[in-house]
Amino acid sequence: MIECSSALHSILYPNRAFTKPPIAKFSLSVRSQPLAGFPGWSLTTGMAFLGALFGCFIAVPIMLFAALGISRRNRVVTRHIERFIRWFLIACSCLAILTTIGIVMSVLFESIRFFRIIPIPDFLFGLEWSPQTAIREDQVGSSGAFGAVPLFAGTFLITVIAMVVAVPLGLMSAIYLSEYAGRRIRTIGKPLLEILAGIPTVVYGFFAALTVAPFIRNNLGFLGMDVSSESALAAGLVMGIMILPFVSSLSDDVINAVPQSIRDGSYGLGATHSETIRRIVLPAALPGIVGSILLAVSRAIGETMIVVMAAGLAANLTANPFESVTTVTVQIVTLLIGDQEFDSPKTLAAFALGLVLFIMTLVLNVIALRVVRKYKEQYE
Amino acid sequence: MQGLIKSKTQTNYFTMLENDNNMPPTLDDSLNSPDFRTLGEVTVPRPIMKTKNVNVFYGEKQAIYNASLDIGKNEVLAMIGPSGCGKSTFLRCLNRMNDTIDICRIEGEITLEGEDIYGRNMDVVLLRARVGMVFQKPNPFPKSIYDNVAYGINLHGLTNSKSETDDVVEDALKRAGLWAEVSDRLNQPGTGLSGGQQQRLCIARAIAISPEVILMDEPCSALDPIATAKIEELIDELSQMYSICIVTHSMQQAARVSQRTAYFHLGKLIEVGSTDLIFTNPGHRLTEGYITGRFG
Amino acid sequence: MSQVEIIQRGIRRRYVVEGMFRACGLSALICGVVFLAFLLITTFVKGYTALQQTYIGLDITPMEEDFDGAVTEETLRRADYGALIKRSLREAFPDVTRRKEKKTLYRLVSSGAQHELRQKLVQNPGLVGQTTTFWVLADDEVDMYMKGNVNVSIPEKKRRFKDHAIELTKRLVQQDRIQLRFNTPFFSRGDSREPEQAGIKGAAMGSLFAILVTMLLSFPVGIAAAIYLQEFAKTNRFTDFIEVNINNLAAVPSIIFGLLGLAIFINLFGLPRSIPLVGGMVLALMTLPTIIISSRAALAAVPPSIREAALGIGASPVQTVLHHVLPLAMPGMMTGAIIGLAQAMGETAPLLMIGMVAFIVDIPGSPLDPGTALPVQIYLWADSPERAFVERTSAAIIILLLFLSLVNGLIVVLRKKFEKRW
Repeated sequence: MIECSSALHSILYPNRAFTKPPIAKFSLSVRSQPLAGFPGWSLTTGMAFLGALFGCFIAVPIMLFAALGISRRNRVVTRHIERFIRWFLIACSCLAILTTIGIVMSVLFESIRFFRIIPIPDFLFGLEWSPQTAIREDQVGSSGAFGAVPLFAGTFLITVIAMVVAVPLGLMSAIYLSEYAGRRIRTIGKPLLEILAGIPTVVYGFFAALTVAPFIRNNLGFLGMDVSSESALAAGLVMGIMILPFVSSLSDDVINAVPQSIRDGSYGLGATHSETIRRIVLPAALPGIVGSILLAVSRAIGETMIVVMAAGLAANLTANPFESVTTVTVQIVTLLIGDQEFDSPKTLAAFALGLVLFIMTLVLNVIALRVVRKYKEQYE
Repeated sequence: MQGLIKSKTQTNYFTMLENDNNMPPTLDDSLNSPDFRTLGEVTVPRPIMKTKNVNVFYGEKQAIYNASLDIGKNEVLAMIGPSGCGKSTFLRCLNRMNDTIDICRIEGEITLEGEDIYGRNMDVVLLRARVGMVFQKPNPFPKSIYDNVAYGINLHGLTNSKSETDDVVEDALKRAGLWAEVSDRLNQPGTGLSGGQQQRLCIARAIAISPEVILMDEPCSALDPIATAKIEELIDELSQMYSICIVTHSMQQAARVSQRTAYFHLGKLIEVGSTDLIFTNPGHRLTEGYITGRFG
Repeated sequence: MSQVEIIQRGIRRRYVVEGMFRACGLSALICGVVFLAFLLITTFVKGYTALQQTYIGLDITPMEEDFDGAVTEETLRRADYGALIKRSLREAFPDVTRRKEKKTLYRLVSSGAQHELRQKLVQNPGLVGQTTTFWVLADDEVDMYMKGNVNVSIPEKKRRFKDHAIELTKRLVQQDRIQLRFNTPFFSRGDSREPEQAGIKGAAMGSLFAILVTMLLSFPVGIAAAIYLQEFAKTNRFTDFIEVNINNLAAVPSIIFGLLGLAIFINLFGLPRSIPLVGGMVLALMTLPTIIISSRAALAAVPPSIREAALGIGASPVQTVLHHVLPLAMPGMMTGAIIGLAQAMGETAPLLMIGMVAFIVDIPGSPLDPGTALPVQIYLWADSPERAFVERTSAAIIILLLFLSLVNGLIVVLRKKFEKRW
C-alpha cells in the first residue's frame, strides 16, 4: 500500500501527473463541427431521428400487441397485424447487420481520409509514432509521425503477457473445477471466478495502476532491474487475470463436450485421472481450446481501460516487459479525448487504428467461432 | 448451461433406475423373501474371478442384491436380462469402473485370482490393466489407429522400444482381426473407421495390454448384423486366451458365444447355468419367461 | 519380469504425477481466488474511509458591515464569505501572523466552505450578528491527515502537507474543532476539482439515465430479434448471415462501438456530445448481441411439444409464440437481458469516445443533459494526482461493485424462482 502525500505521489508517478494530457475537461463546446465526409445534420434532425427511433422500437410493439388484443375476433385484421409483427421482428434482427455496417462505415471513411494524408505502408510499417502535431504550421515536425508498428508491438507484448497468465491458470482451474473438485469447492469456486469476470475493466485498470504497478516496480526494482512505473508487465498481468475466467469458462464448455465414453475407454485401460485428461481429453478438446484462446486473444487486443490506466503513452518499440509500451486502444483513446479539430491527421489516425483493431479482432473471432463450432459439431 | 460435469454414465444409470418402474410385475414373490437363492451353479472349478454377496447402491437405491457369481478361466460367461436389471452395473463392478460415480457404493467380496479387488493392496490402475473392458458404443480415442492401440502399452510402460511397441500393436490388431483392413493406414484417425471396425479397434486396444479378463458391455448393440457376426467370431477366438464376461441383450448372441449364462432380474441374479441348459431347460419361471419372450 | 510387475514398478511415479497435476489445478484456482480477494480487500481498505469526511468547526460572527451595512437577500448573496472564514480562522489562531503561515492556515478549510456558509446564511439571515459554530468542509489534505493517510516520516520537502499545517491541525484537534462526520457531499454532489467537494451523484445519475436508455432500446429489440431468429426464421443465407453477424458483434471490442457512436450519432446525426442519451444508445448496440444470444437460448429451452400443442388447437404461429412460448421463456430472457445490462453498467471505453469524460459539475436532470457515468468517473478520479482522490475512487468502485452485485443477486433470485425443468 502506498502511504505518502500527494507530492510524493506525483514524484513516484510523474507520468501519471504530468505527461498524460489533461482529460478533456470543459470540452463540451468543442468538436461540434461534423465530419467533413458526412452531411452536417442539425440538432433538430438528430432529435427527430431519435424520436423516430424510440417510436419504432418501443411504441410499435406496444401498439401491435394492443391491436392484436382488440382484434381478436376479426381474423382478417389479425392476419394483417401478424404480418406487421413479423416485419417488425425482421427489422429488429436486421439491426445487427446495420450495426456491423455502421461500424465498418464509421471507421472506414475516416480511415480513407487518413490514408490520403499518410500512405498505408507508412502507417502499417512505420517504426515511429508521435502523433503530436505542432500548433504552428512552420514548426519543426509539424507533420507528426504515424508509424503504427510500435503500437502493434506494444499491443502484442501486453497480449502475450496476458495470455501467459490467463491460459495456464484458466485452463488448469477449468480442469480442476470440472474434473477434480468436489461439489463443495465447485459451488464456491465457480461463482468466485464468475465474479472475477463481472468486475468492470475500469476497476482492474485502477488496481493495475495503483497497486500492481507500484508493487512490481518496488519489488523488482530492488532486484536491480529498472522497472517503469507503467510497465507492460503490470498491465499484462492484470489483463491476464481479467481474461482468466473467460478462458476458464470457455475451456470448461469445451472439456465437458468431450464425451464420457472416451474417458471411460481410457479408465478401462488403467489410465489414471490425470493421464486421461492429459492424453485423451485435452488432445480431443484441443481445437476447441485453441478457439477459446483465440477469442481470449481478441478480447485482450481490444481491451481498453486496463491499458489506458496502467500502460504508458510513449510508443516504445521494445520487447522488455519492464518498460513502458503503448497499445492501439490507448492511442485511440488519447487521440480522441483531446481538444483538437476533427480534420487533423491526428484525429483521423484514431479511426485508422480503429479499423486495424476491428479487422484484427474480426479475423480472430471468425476463425475462433468457426473452429469452436466445428469442434462442437464433431461430438453432437 | 449447468456447466458442472455430470458424468454421462451417471445420467444413464439414473434413467435406468427409473425404468425399474416399467418392469413387468414380479412373477415370483420368493424374489423378495430374505432367503432367496440363485438357481444353478454359481461356482466353477477353475475360477479366475469370484464374486460373493455383492450389493450395489446408487445413493439410496439398491441396484444389485446379493449376487454371487464366478467367472471361469477361458470361459465366455454371458449375462442376460431385461434392461435395467443390473447386469451392466455388475459388470462395471468387476474392474471398478463404478469408482468414477460418486454416489455408487459397493458391498461384498470380489476377487481376482484370490485377491480382493476392493482391498487395500489392489491398485485400481493395475486392476484395470488386468481386467480390460469393451464398451457398448465403440469409443476409439480421437487419435490415429496406431496410437489407439499403443495408448495402453505406453501408459503402463510395457515395452522398451518403438519396434517392440510396433510388434505388440500389430499382434493386437491381428488378433482382433483388423490388421488386414488397417495395416496400410495406421496413421489415420481411429474415428474414421466403420462402426464394426471401431469396435474391433477397441477390442485390439484392450488386448494389447494382455488382460486376464475382458469385460464386454453389449459390444454389438450399436453394430449391424455383419459386424456383429465378426465380433462374435472374434470373441470365440479370444476365449482361447482370455476369460470373457459379456453382457448382451440378445439371447441369440448369448447362445452363440457363451459357455455359461447368468440371468439377472431387477437387480437379482436369478439363475446361472451352462448356456445349453438355460436355453433349453430353464429352472426358474422368470428365466423361462424372458427367454421365451414374454417380456424383455 | 511379468507384466504385473512392470506395471507395478511404474505405478508410484504415475501417482506422483497425478498428485502434482491435481495440485497444479488447485493452485490455479486458488491463484484466481486470491487475486480476487486481494483486489476486493485493497479496494475496500482504500475506499471505506471515504464514508467519512473531516469537518472543521469555526466560530463565525457575521456582522452587518460584512453585508454592506444592510442585510438583504442581495447582499446576503454577494457577500465575501471567504473573508468571514479567514477572519474566524485568524481569531482562532491569533499567534499566526506571518503571511506564509496565514496562507497555510486559510488552506486548511476547503474552498467550497464559503458556498456552504452562504447557503446557510441565505436560508437563515437571523444568524447575522450572532456567533455560531459552523462546521465546514476541511481541505482534502487535512482530511487525509486525519485519516492517517499522510506519511509524516517523509521529509517535509517531499510532502505536500507541510509541518506547519500538521501543527495547526493538531491544535484544531486539541480545540475540538475537528470532527469526522458522515460524508454526505460524496453522495449528494457532482464532480469537483477539489476532492473534498467531489461527489458521485452526478455520475450515478448519468449512469442511471444511460442505462435506462439502454434498457428501453435493447430489451424490445433484442427480444424481438431473438424471437424472429429462433421461432420464425428459416435457415437460409440471410438468417445465417445475421447469425454470424450477431456472434461477431458480441466479440467486437467495446471501444469500436464508441467509434461508431462518435462517427454516426454525434457527427452524422449531430447529437450533442457527453449526453447520457447517446451513451445509452451506444451501450444498447453493444449489449444487443448478448441479449439476443441469451434470449435465443431461453427460447430454445422451451420444449417443442408446447408449440405443437398450441399449433394443434389452431393457434397461428404468431399466437403460439406470443401466448405460449414467450411467457415460458420470459424469465430466461430477462436473466440474459439483465446480464447484458450489468455488462453495460460497468463499461467505460465507448463512453470515453462519445465525450462522457467531460468535467461536469452539474448533476444531469435528464438524458439530454451533459453528464458522465460511474465507471467513467472512476477513470477520471483515478487519473487525478491528489491522494484524496484515491480514496474517493476506491469508494466509487465499492459503490459500483455493490450495485453490480445487487443486479447479479437479482439474476440469481430470478433464476431460482423461475427455474423450470422440462
